[in-house]
Amino acid sequence: MTRKSQGGLVDRALPISFTFNGRPMQGYSGDTLASALIANGVKIVGRSFKYHRPRGILTDGADEPNALLTLHRGARALPNSKAPMVELVEGLEAFSQNCWPSPRFDLMAINGLFSPIFVAGFYYKTFMWPAAFWERVYEPLIRRAAGLGKLSDRPDPDTYDRSHAFADVLVVGAGAAGLTAALAAARLGKRVILVDQDSRPGGRLLAERCEIDGRAGAEWASAAIAELAEHDKVTVLTRTALFGAYDGRSYGAVEQVSEHLPDPASGMPRQRYWKIVAEQAIFATGATERPIAFTGNDRPGVMMASAVQTYVNRFAALPGRRAAVFTQCDSGYAVAADLAAAGVEVVAIIDPRSGDKPGVDATAAVIHGEVVGTHGKCLKTITVRNMDGKTEKLKVDLLAVAGGWNPNIGFASHLGQRPAWSEPLQAFVQDTPPDGMHFVGAAAGRYCVSAAIDDARGKVAALFGREGEVAAIFEEPSLAPPLVVSGCDKKAFVDFQHDVTVSDVVLAEQEGYASVEHLKRYTTLGMATDQGKIGQVLGHALLARQQGKGIAAVGTIAARPPHTPVCIGALAGIHRGEHLKPTRLTPTHDWAASQGASFVNAGLWKRAQWYTRPGDADWIDSAVREAKAVRSAVGICDVSTLGKIEVAGPDAALLLDRLYCNAMASLAAGKVRYGVMLREDGFVFDDGTVARIADDRFVISTTTANAVAVMRHIDYALQVIWPDLDAKACSVTENWAQVAVAGPNSRALLQRLLPDIDLSNSAFPFMGALEGRWSGAPMRLFRISFSGELAYEIAVPTGLGDALMRMLTELGSDLGCTPYGLEALGILRIEKGHAAGGELNGQVTAGDLGLGRMVSKKKDFIGRALAERPALAHSDRQVLVGLAPVDPSHRVTGGSHILPVGVPVSAVHDAGHVTSVAFSPTKGRWIALGLLARGADRIGEVVNVVSPVRETSMEMIVSSPVFVDPEGERLRG
Amino acid sequence: MIIDCPHCGSRDSGEFFMRGQAAGPRPEYADGQDAFAVYVYDRTNLAGMQREHWYHAAGCRSWLVVERDTRSHVVGSVAIAGKAVA
Repeated sequence: MTRKSQGGLVDRALPISFTFNGRPMQGYSGDTLASALIANGVKIVGRSFKYHRPRGILTDGADEPNALLTLHRGARALPNSKAPMVELVEGLEAFSQNCWPSPRFDLMAINGLFSPIFVAGFYYKTFMWPAAFWERVYEPLIRRAAGLGKLSDRPDPDTYDRSHAFADVLVVGAGAAGLTAALAAARLGKRVILVDQDSRPGGRLLAERCEIDGRAGAEWASAAIAELAEHDKVTVLTRTALFGAYDGRSYGAVEQVSEHLPDPASGMPRQRYWKIVAEQAIFATGATERPIAFTGNDRPGVMMASAVQTYVNRFAALPGRRAAVFTQCDSGYAVAADLAAAGVEVVAIIDPRSGDKPGVDATAAVIHGEVVGTHGKCLKTITVRNMDGKTEKLKVDLLAVAGGWNPNIGFASHLGQRPAWSEPLQAFVQDTPPDGMHFVGAAAGRYCVSAAIDDARGKVAALFGREGEVAAIFEEPSLAPPLVVSGCDKKAFVDFQHDVTVSDVVLAEQEGYASVEHLKRYTTLGMATDQGKIGQVLGHALLARQQGKGIAAVGTIAARPPHTPVCIGALAGIHRGEHLKPTRLTPTHDWAASQGASFVNAGLWKRAQWYTRPGDADWIDSAVREAKAVRSAVGICDVSTLGKIEVAGPDAALLLDRLYCNAMASLAAGKVRYGVMLREDGFVFDDGTVARIADDRFVISTTTANAVAVMRHIDYALQVIWPDLDAKACSVTENWAQVAVAGPNSRALLQRLLPDIDLSNSAFPFMGALEGRWSGAPMRLFRISFSGELAYEIAVPTGLGDALMRMLTELGSDLGCTPYGLEALGILRIEKGHAAGGELNGQVTAGDLGLGRMVSKKKDFIGRALAERPALAHSDRQVLVGLAPVDPSHRVTGGSHILPVGVPVSAVHDAGHVTSVAFSPTKGRWIALGLLARGADRIGEVVNVVSPVRETSMEMIVSSPVFVDPEGERLRG
Repeated sequence: MIIDCPHCGSRDSGEFFMRGQAAGPRPEYADGQDAFAVYVYDRTNLAGMQREHWYHAAGCRSWLVVERDTRSHVVGSVAIAGKAVA
C-alpha cells in the first residue's frame, strides 16, 4: 500500500473492496478507481494502442489516455472507462484492455520491435493492396492487434433516463471560478444550473493546497455548495459531464445516476441524459496540463504534475517514493513542495527555463536542463541533460511533468468558433466565444486562484449589467511554449493513446501533410477517446517548429462533440426496441388477435397480415384461402390505416381539382371517384378515393404510407400556394374505423347489417357514397373495390370498430364471411393490377401506371406542367405490366430484373424489374407486376426474369397487369 | 434549434417539418414548363440567412416562413407563410 495513514479526502472508515484483473484490492469511500489503483501500488494499467508498450496512469481526469479499463462483466461490460473518472464502488470489477495475457507480460509487445512499420500513415502505406484483402485479412488483423476494449455484443440490461432543463445561467465546472460564478448569479436571483463531472465539487481546490478567505480550498468549496443549496432557483448536478454545445443555446450532459451506488434501487436509471437550454453559459472548465515530449515520456512512473498533486493531496495516495519534477512553469514547484510535505523524497526539480524564478520556493535542488531519457520497465532512473550538455542519471520512481497549461475551450469549437493563439499565455484561448458562452478562470488563462475568482465574479457582473463590480484588467503572465526536447526520438510520445510520436509528426510534415487537419488524418493525432486533450497542442506546436512558423499561423483543430465519450444507451434512453417509435393499433386489433392474426409493421401500424386457421400449412395457405373466400363468398378486412382527410368549404371542389390530376369538381354528391395526385415535378405522389358527401364536403383517402405527407401537402396548397381559397382540411384517420367488405356475398351481408338502407344495385350503384347511422352513431358507406369484387367500405366511429367487426362476423357466418389480412389484400390487388407501394416508387408517372387517360388536359393542377415534359411521356419508359411464369411451377421473387431472352445478363440489357409478386389462386400459379420498358407493346413476349441476388432466373410471359375480370363486371354487379 | 411559432410560442425544431428554401410564388400552367422548372428546382443553396418553409406538424399545422442561418442554425424572423411577404 502506498496510502498515507492520514490526510486527503477519503473516508478511511468506509473501506471498499474491488478487483483489478481479478486481483482483490481495497480502497476507500471518496476514491476514484485510479487513486485506488495507485494506493494499491499498481504501476502498469494497460498496454498502448499500437506498440503495446506498458502504460501507467498519466492524468487525473477526462484527458487520461492510458488507464482505459473495462468495467463489469457480461452484458454490463463498459469498455474504455477512464480510471480517474470512475468512482470506486463496492464490488467493482475492472480489467485491462489491449493486452494478453496480462498488462505486465503482453505477447503483443512484439509490435514495439516492428515500430518502424507503424509510422505515420502506416495504415495507408501498408494496407493498400490488394483491395480484396481489406475485409478478410487486414481489418481483422488490425482489430486484433490494436484494440480499444470490446463491446459485450449483448443487449444493455440497464435503463437510462432523460430530462430537460432551462436556466438563465448554466455554469460548467465547480472549481473556484465556477462556484464563484454560480454564487454570483444565484445572489442576483437567476435560475442557475451548475454541472460538474466529479462526485465532489471543488475542482482543483480539492487537489491543491490553497486558501480562500482564510479557509482551505476544499472547505471553501463545501461552504459555497451549502450556500447554493439555499437558493431555490439553483440546481447543482454533480457526476454530470457536459458533452456538447448545440445551436439555440442548448447543451447536452450525462449524469451518472446509479453507477456509483453499490446497491441501486430497482428501476433506478444508470445514467440520465440532460438537455439544458440556457441563456448564458459560463465555462469554468479549467485547464489541462500539457506533457513535454522527451524520449521515454510514456514510461509507467511518468505522470502529469497536476495529477501527482491530486493523488497526493486529495487521495493521500503516493504514486512514488523518490521523485523528480520536470517543469517549465511555476506550478511544478508547488507540486514538488506538496510531494515533500507528503514525505516523498524530491531528488531534483528540472527546469529548462534559464534564470531564477522570483517568488518560487524550490523544495529541492533545481537543475536547469531537460529530461532526455527514462529507464526501467517501470521508472527506475531518468537521464537529465543540463544547459551545458552534461548528462547525469537520477534514481527516481516518479517523474512529475509540468509542461504548461491548455485552457479547456473545446465547447466553443462545437459551435464553429476556432480558438486563437495567445502569445503571453502560450496557449489557445477563446477571445470571441459564440453568443451566450463565456470562459472564465483557468479556461480563460486565469490560472491563479485569486485571478480566477476575480474573473468569474467580474464576468457575471458584466453579464447582468453591474459594471461597477467588474474586475480590473488582467495582467497576463509570460508563460513558456509547448516543449519538445531537442534530439528526442521515436519513443517520445505526443499522443499517448494513439501512440503518435515526435518522429511521426516530423515524418508527416516531411511528406507534405502541412495542415493540422491533414496531420490529424495521417498520423491519427488527436483521434482517440481523449480527442487530443493531452497531446494535440504539443503536436501542433511541433508541426509549427518543423515548418519554421509560429503556432498561431499553424492553428489547431476544432473540437467536436462529444467532449467526453457518451454511452449510446444514454442518448437512446427509453427509446429502444418496441419503444423506439410509437405503435399504432387498428380499431379492430384485439378482435384480429382473437382470430389468430399474425401482425406486420406497416409504418407505425400493426396490421393483420393473415389469419391462421386449422389446416393452413403455412402463411401462403392462409392468404390464398382468404383471397379465395373474397372471390367466392365474402371477406372482411380492417382498412382504417388508410389516411382519411375531410375537405370542406365553398372552394373545396376547386381545391381538389387542383390537387388531383383528374377532374374532381365534376363529381356529384353521393359519389366516389378514384384519384391520382402528382407532385409538382410531374411524378405520381399518391392515389386514393374522393367521396363527395355534400356539395361543399368531401372525404378523401390516401395510402397508409402517405397519410401524413398528403395532409402536409394539402396544408401547403391551402396556406402557401392558394391562401385565398375558402376551404379547410382536417385529418380524420384516427376518428373512423373503416372495414372493407368484399366478395359476391358482401351486399347480402351488409343488407343484414343495415336493413333500413336499400343496397340494391340500382339504389346504391358502384362508386356510390352515403351517410347513415349504425348502432346509434354516424356511419359512412362507400361502394368501392380494391379486390375487383362487388365490395364496400363501411366507416363507423373508431370506438365502434371492434363491435362492427364482431357483428359482421356473426351476421356473415352462413355467408362464408372470412377475415382477410394484408397478404390476401395483396393477392387480390395484384390479380387486378392495382398499383401499391412497390409501384408507387416516386419515379413513375400516371402514364407509366396505365392511367394516362385520367390526366386532365382542361385544368391546371399540381404537377401538370412538368408531367408534360418529353422525358416523362417518352415511349421507352418502363410501364406497368403483368408477368406470369411460362412454367407454372416456378415461383418469382420481388425485385428480380427483367431482360429480353437470349441476351447476356448484364445491366446494359436491363429492361425493368418485378415490383410485386403473389400466388394467384385464380391463375393457379405465381404472378407478378413489374415495370418494363415499352411494356404496353410487349404483351405476349417471353422475357428472362433474373435475380442475381437469389441466383434464380426464369422465363415469364408479359401480359396486361389485370389478370382477373378485365372488363370489371364483377364490381359493378 | 428553437422556432418561435406565431401561434404556439417557442418550440423545439423536432416538432417541425422542414421543406426547404422557400420558393417564389407558384406559376400557373399557362406560364410554361420553364417557369415551373425554376419554381420546383432552382434553389440558391446559400451559406447564410435563408428563408425556408417549415411546417408545425406537431403543433398548429401552420406553414411558416422561417429565416435560418444555414451555418449556425440561428433563427431570424418567423412568419405565417400565407401572410408573409414573398
